[in-house]
Amino acid sequence: MPRDTYDLVVIGGGPAGLAAVRGAGHKGKSVALIERNLLGGNSQNAGSIPSKPLLRTARWYADLHNGEKFGGPSLRDIGPDFGAAMARMRRIRARLAEGNSAQRLKAAGVDVYFGAARFAGDDSIDASGQTLRFRKALIATGAVPSHPSIPGLAEAGYLTSDTIFDIPECPKRLLIVGGGPLGCEMAQAFQWLGVHVVIVQNEPKFLPLEERDAAQLLSDALARCGVEIHLNTTIAAVRCDAGAQYADLINNDVKSTIAVDRILAGVGRKANVGGLALEAAGIDHADAAGVRVNSFLQTSNPHVYAAGDVCMEYRYTNAAEASAAVALHNAFSPGEEKVEALTIPWVTHTDPEIAHVGFYIWEARRKGIPVGTITILMHDVDRAVTDGEEDGFVKIHFEDGTDRILGATIVGRHAGEMISVLALAMTRGTGLRSLAKVVFPYPSRTGAIAMAAEAFVRTRVSRGNRSARDLGVDPRPGIDDARKILD
Amino acid sequence: MNPAIATGDALLLERLQRAAFGYFMDYANPVNGLVADTSRSGSPCSIAVVGFALSCYPIAVERGWIERAQAAARALAALRFFRESVQSDAPDATGYKGFYYHFLDMKSGGRVWQCELSVIDTALLLSGILVCGVWFDAENSQEEEIRQLADALYRRVDWLWARGGMETISQGWKPECGFFHYGWEGYNEATILYILALASPNFPLPADCFASWTATYQWESVYDIPYLYGGPLFMHFFSQAWIDFRGIQDAFMREKNCDYFENSRRAIAVHREYARRNPHGYECYGADFWGLTAGDGPGNEELRESGRDRRFFGYTARGVPFGPDDGTIGPWAMLASLPFAPASALAGARNLLENYPRSVPQDRFSSGFNPTLCAGSGGWLSDGWYGLDQGLLVMSIENFRSDFVWKIMRRCLYVRSGLARAGFSGGWLEKENRSE
Repeated sequence: MPRDTYDLVVIGGGPAGLAAVRGAGHKGKSVALIERNLLGGNSQNAGSIPSKPLLRTARWYADLHNGEKFGGPSLRDIGPDFGAAMARMRRIRARLAEGNSAQRLKAAGVDVYFGAARFAGDDSIDASGQTLRFRKALIATGAVPSHPSIPGLAEAGYLTSDTIFDIPECPKRLLIVGGGPLGCEMAQAFQWLGVHVVIVQNEPKFLPLEERDAAQLLSDALARCGVEIHLNTTIAAVRCDAGAQYADLINNDVKSTIAVDRILAGVGRKANVGGLALEAAGIDHADAAGVRVNSFLQTSNPHVYAAGDVCMEYRYTNAAEASAAVALHNAFSPGEEKVEALTIPWVTHTDPEIAHVGFYIWEARRKGIPVGTITILMHDVDRAVTDGEEDGFVKIHFEDGTDRILGATIVGRHAGEMISVLALAMTRGTGLRSLAKVVFPYPSRTGAIAMAAEAFVRTRVSRGNRSARDLGVDPRPGIDDARKILD
Repeated sequence: MNPAIATGDALLLERLQRAAFGYFMDYANPVNGLVADTSRSGSPCSIAVVGFALSCYPIAVERGWIERAQAAARALAALRFFRESVQSDAPDATGYKGFYYHFLDMKSGGRVWQCELSVIDTALLLSGILVCGVWFDAENSQEEEIRQLADALYRRVDWLWARGGMETISQGWKPECGFFHYGWEGYNEATILYILALASPNFPLPADCFASWTATYQWESVYDIPYLYGGPLFMHFFSQAWIDFRGIQDAFMREKNCDYFENSRRAIAVHREYARRNPHGYECYGADFWGLTAGDGPGNEELRESGRDRRFFGYTARGVPFGPDDGTIGPWAMLASLPFAPASALAGARNLLENYPRSVPQDRFSSGFNPTLCAGSGGWLSDGWYGLDQGLLVMSIENFRSDFVWKIMRRCLYVRSGLARAGFSGGWLEKENRSE
């Protein structure tokens, strides 16, 4: 039986929604959560959580097959056990889901309603026939896979992030449409698990929004593990024939056809705003971009907020949770925290991983900020060398003339862990000079960040006093030098 | 400096430069002026190689290797061909909208390999054409015609069309599929392309196009060397084969208190440092064995070499420090560094000549040498020579010896205008403008 009026009603039990209800509970607010499918949302059930165990098992096979790199034998005859890998993934997914169960939420004082939600007015929501009145509401319905408009694809049938982790058997050949983070992660995982993977990307590089050299290293890594790569390529049509699926590819003027067993569409996600009757509550929204919010994550209905994939440009679990905290805070203390103030790192969990936080160089330059970059190659990092994991780099972007960190990109096997150091530094306003004073463990991969900070200090201190020879550069030839050599 | 070494270097450079120039006498069609992409049998013409050839003929005259009239005849043959050849959207034309297909049949001049209408290679061709337009200044009918044709060919290029609806200029176009939907991102060899496109009297790119391109630049400190990053060395050399960037700066370089010439020197230092570190453990890499760039390679395969599993590539743009690097250097790249870092360039060239003479057959540097592959039999070597490499060497050596090509292009009004529109100022650019 619903309360007369809830302090907070949350629509959507994914990371944003769960973070909001827990936070509201800690604040002593009365809170209801409406979820129409599975608690945990995409992250728990079809995204971050299920992909990671698969990637870990896949990486284990990759290391096994390249054992020589680490001083052991390369055991290429040991084929991957796809079934065992999937079974492990499902066990882990179930174990981690327990923490977000309805029972736990109820025990914490959250009223949980399963079913569809629709706004019934400015201050009420219909949840499967029950009317929930609220003082504040939070829309956290997340995003759903976009469907590529490729002729014949729907008829042929395809997998998405919602369904790939429940496939009953291992396909021999898998076509992945889209070279974003999901597509690249799955390409590598499935290739290492014994599938012949073809990945088609309609841009010149993978991860179109990512740093160029990072995307190049990823492309090299995918090629090394055997993925068949088609960049600058679109799929003109798909059809089925005798149990196989055929895709017609176009790369400028070059046409080809490939045969595969399954197709995974990883072309991004769009906000999940369908069926919410947002108009009834006066909430502005757009189909793909989702709910329109201001810097405080407040919608056009002043008592309704939004958080997570339904309104954020960057669709990551940590962004969802962080934005939920901002929205929750503002719901009860209006106008205090801006979402733009968040420093949100993100990671593509391929091998090497690609992690980023803050500005890209082009973003800073577009804003007219003079930017420099300190680059440390992993082949100069002792721990990366000892562990045979030298592919990658640390790039830290700073505002030229200061030591303010604008952003960073890290490529390497543990980039997703390393980026936290930069996220912390940026959140706390710690510049490179202060970072250079931090003592890091040795040998460690995070030592690369220390090396970058030290390089910054070293080159700034001697800036203007360094001769060409100090830089390791030949003296600049003067007008007479050619004559001295040649005459 | 030891006079003996100095004398030895002078003779060595003369010998190597002349051998490189010989490529254009050996692999050109004197009837139409086209020059082969490579020395391999059946090689088509590369229009970029023609651009280098046109720039090298005046050098050869100055050095006394060919007569002026002979150079003029070769230049005129090429310019007449490009003026009279078919310009249309038909798939077998020679060009369209003033641009030309990257590869042409050496005899007929028609498009081959279903290649792209190439914006950058047309720019390199035009650079050579403009050299001829300035240098052939004698008052006779032959050289007057060269000047007229050079001007006409440059003026008719429709750079605006080549944007293909994008903010920046596209990389190419094919009649079969239209424009490539990607342009130029990051610093690379396109500087000269932008300079020529900005200066066009008839179809000038908007000035902010250059700024849009430089907004994608990456200024990075690698091995403590701060520089404008471009992985393969040729990116740092091509535009500077023609344009003297010493002392002139655009907005980006003013912000960084540097210039593109100095930047090339730093890029060379990064390449040498990378080779010293040799992270992949390739054979022979070191302070005098370096130079990853665009060039031929062993081919796409995975092999076991020197006790490790290795992956090799064919013709590709290898680069430092992010790769790709399969152990193949462009043997010519060290010597082509001569204007920027003469000591390193000469030390590297001598290392090859003395210890790896296979990589410099008949005194001409090959396109690719990989000592790791087939290490037991002396390494893998690219077959024959590539015209681009030879042309760049002739020009680089000459610019080092006498600033020759640089001085010519400083007199080219289009180059000065393009540089000014791109925001360059200072140095010789101001002096030249003041002296007018």
